[in-house]
Order: sequence, then C-alpha cells, then structure tokens
Amino acid sequence: MSEIPDELSYTKEHEWVAGVDEAITVTIGITAYAAEALGDVVYVQLPDAGTTVAAGDSVGEVESTKSVSEIYSPVGGEVVEVNQAVVDDPSLVNNDPYGEGWMFRVRVEGDPEDLLSAEEYTALTSGES
Amino acid sequence: MSRPTPLRDVHESLGATLTDFAGWLMPLRYGSESAEHNAVRTAAGLFDLSHMGEIFVTGPQAGQALDYALVGHLSALVPGRARYTMIVNERGGVLDDLIVYRLGDEEFMVVANASNYAKVAAELADRAKPYDAVVEDRSDRYALIAVQGPRAQEILATLTDADLPGLKYYAGLPGVVDGRQALIARTGYTGEDGFELFVANEDAVPLWHALTRAGEPYGLRPAGLSSRDTLRLEAGMPLYGNELGPDLTPFDAGLGRVVKFDKPGDFVGRSALEAVKDTPPRRRLVGLVARGRRVPRHGYPVTRDGAVVGEVTSGAPSQTLGKPIAMAYVDTGAGEGLAVDIRGSHEAMDLVELPFYRRNK
Repeated sequence: MSEIPDELSYTKEHEWVAGVDEAITVTIGITAYAAEALGDVVYVQLPDAGTTVAAGDSVGEVESTKSVSEIYSPVGGEVVEVNQAVVDDPSLVNNDPYGEGWMFRVRVEGDPEDLLSAEEYTALTSGES
Repeated sequence: MSRPTPLRDVHESLGATLTDFAGWLMPLRYGSESAEHNAVRTAAGLFDLSHMGEIFVTGPQAGQALDYALVGHLSALVPGRARYTMIVNERGGVLDDLIVYRLGDEEFMVVANASNYAKVAAELADRAKPYDAVVEDRSDRYALIAVQGPRAQEILATLTDADLPGLKYYAGLPGVVDGRQALIARTGYTGEDGFELFVANEDAVPLWHALTRAGEPYGLRPAGLSSRDTLRLEAGMPLYGNELGPDLTPFDAGLGRVVKFDKPGDFVGRSALEAVKDTPPRRRLVGLVARGRRVPRHGYPVTRDGAVVGEVTSGAPSQTLGKPIAMAYVDTGAGEGLAVDIRGSHEAMDLVELPFYRRNK
C-alpha cells in the first residue's frame, strides 16, 4: 500500500497538493501511488515559472522507462516556482514523492475545485490496484 | 484472464508488479527496473521466461523437416548446439524469430516467442507433413528460468557439475541443477553471458529459490520484463512485433545472414527471399541516440527537415549510455539531421550502427 499523507489534498490524476487550507501558494507533486505505477522516472518536464495555468491544464510530463504521463495543474493561477532539482534528478520522484520530489508551486487564483481528501484518494487508489 | 507461470506466487511474494504479456501474467519489475538492468550488466539477474514456447520436432527426418520449414540449415547443426533462425511465410515475411536446439540426432527443440508459439507449432506441423517427423508443442510442460550477467557462470556452477566453462555460446546440454533435470543452454537476450534453464513446471519454484540463494553473494537479483526489454534494446536485439513482423523480411531487418540459400532442397519463402536478397531495402534498421532527455518510443515518426523518413520500433532510456536510445527503420541514405517527433516536438537524434552496447569478452 502506497503512502498517502493525511494532511495533503489529491486529484484523480494522482497529483498531491500541499498548503490548500492556509496559503495562497500551493505545492504540487505526484503521489507515491503514481510514482510506483510509473516505475523509475527518467524525465520530468515542468511549466516555466511565470506561466498562468487553469485548473485541469496539462502543464508537463513525467516519463518512466516504460511510459509517459501528463502532469495536470490541480489549481488555477500563476506558476511561481518549479523544482529544478527534480528536473536534474528525476529519481527524486520515486525516492521522495512528497518531499524532494515536489514539482511546482502555484499562487492560487480562485478556489481550488474538486480536490480529494486523503481518505477519498485512498478509496480511489484501492479501487484501481 | 492472463495465464500465470509456475512462478506466479514467487513473484507476488517478491512484490513484483505483474503485467499481461502475450496472454501471460508476467513480472514487469520487482522494484527499480534500472537497478535490475544494472544488476544484469554488472552482476547477474534472474528471469522467469516460462511464457516462451517449446516445440519439439523428432524423428528420422526431423532435420530435413526443419530445413524446409525454416530459413536456416538446421540439419547441419551438431547435437548440443543451437542456432538463431526464423520462420517466414511464402512472401518471405517473418512469422517469428526462433532459437533451435539440436538435442540429439533425431530430436530438436524450437523455442518460439510467447505471442507466436501456437501459430509456429501449427505451421511446423503443417510443413513437416511430408517428412518422417513428429511436431509436438510441449510449452505447457516446461518452465524457463534464465540467469544472465557476468557472474552467471559462477552462480550456476555452485548448483551443477555440468561442464559450464566447456559450454559454448549457443550450445545446450542436458544436466542436473540442484538435483533437478534441466536443459542448460548458454543463450540469452540481454547482451551478457548467461544461461537459460529449461525445466519441468514442478521444478521451477525450487530451482528459483536455489538460484536465489546461490546468487545472493554475487549480487543476483530477480529481474522483470521491463529490464529485459531495455537490456535487449541496448544489445541491438530485435523484438518480434517491433523490429520483426510478417511484412518485413529477414533482409529488411538486416538479418539476411540467417537465410541459408545454399542448404539442400526448397524451403518456405525461398523464391521470395531470393528475389529480394540483392535488392537494397528502402529502409534499414538503425540505432538512434537522443541528444536530449525525452524518450523516442515505438511508433513515433523519424523526421528530417520536417519530413517523415522512418519510424521508431523500440525506444527507452538507456542505463548504460545515460541517454535515450531507439531502434528505427529509416530511409536508406538518411544519416544526418535526424529527429524523432516526440508528441509534436522534433527532438534531435544521432544515427549510430547497432548494437548500442557490446560486452567485453
């Protein structure tokens, strides 16, 4: 069973979102479940800082040995920071998906929609595997 | 429902990610596929290949039957040796690539790909009809376990008295491994030295455990199909369905050397292959090495100045080169300035001759 921290919010596309309740700026990555499903991540493409994104936009991609998946922004707003470390060393996504493997930060405009709680995300992923 | 191999419970207990492959439930990886790949290059890997098909051809004319049915000269094979060969249709199109082991004067074992062996068994039975030979698909009886990597011989030597140093590449002999009857073959699909062990289904689990224990001090680890695919890609070995198929001849794939026109008698596909053997193919199979980090994958167009000049057949990140690599069919003469259209973006590629990786012997 993959780790699904309680304090985070989630999407059906297997991103996690940190800081939804207290901050204007949220941090986004992909879940441990997604990282395990992908296998060894070899390439991460992220949006440029300064880009304006809408919730649900495809903003990048994650490639593993066997597959490639899009990264969707779970929230709308301006991308204020991207994690260059994960671009340089994509294995951070596998080794520390909720920590050093974070991907980008967005200054949120409007309310985030349709995010899942840890409990809801657990239910979603236990139905898939 | 996918068919499990005799080792399914072992794979599950090892935490493998299982996947459907050609109708079989196979281990894709046990942990990190990169670590599995590197283990095979530097130490050894243990593979379950029980999805492969084993078809036996026996009888006084077994060799002649195979000479007619396949493109190789199998009747010339010495007992104990093996050959890489192909079965083609009347048009010369490849139906499967095969390894044929001569086990005795009147006994051959044809090892076919999981996706093809039912078709191959049926074709062989049909083509062998005029000969005094019997074709029998025994795939359901045999498991296949491979130990591949530079430490493979040391590991296997702890479990068998068989003369492993005397066993040449592409040779196979019956032997006893950990007290169990096995056909020990020095073959593989990784670009490394290694062995393939054909055993009865019921011996698969104990043999796997014995090899795991024996291999532990040498750094052996279980390895799944994901690493098997990247290993064979680095070694420039074709995969049926990617580099080989019914619309391609052995010459198209750069493997015309497996076609033995000088063997006696006719064989299926002879006239079609003779007609094309001296015709340069429109496209040839080449290697591509990406300059960037995005991975060219099966089916992506190869381009030059925006025009399509080929197609990727297999692609993956290469652990050994540290860059993405691919095999592709590319128009003859297209060398410089190649790119692969990776989901709309043309990524620069350097053309190289295959293989990408060759072990130090």
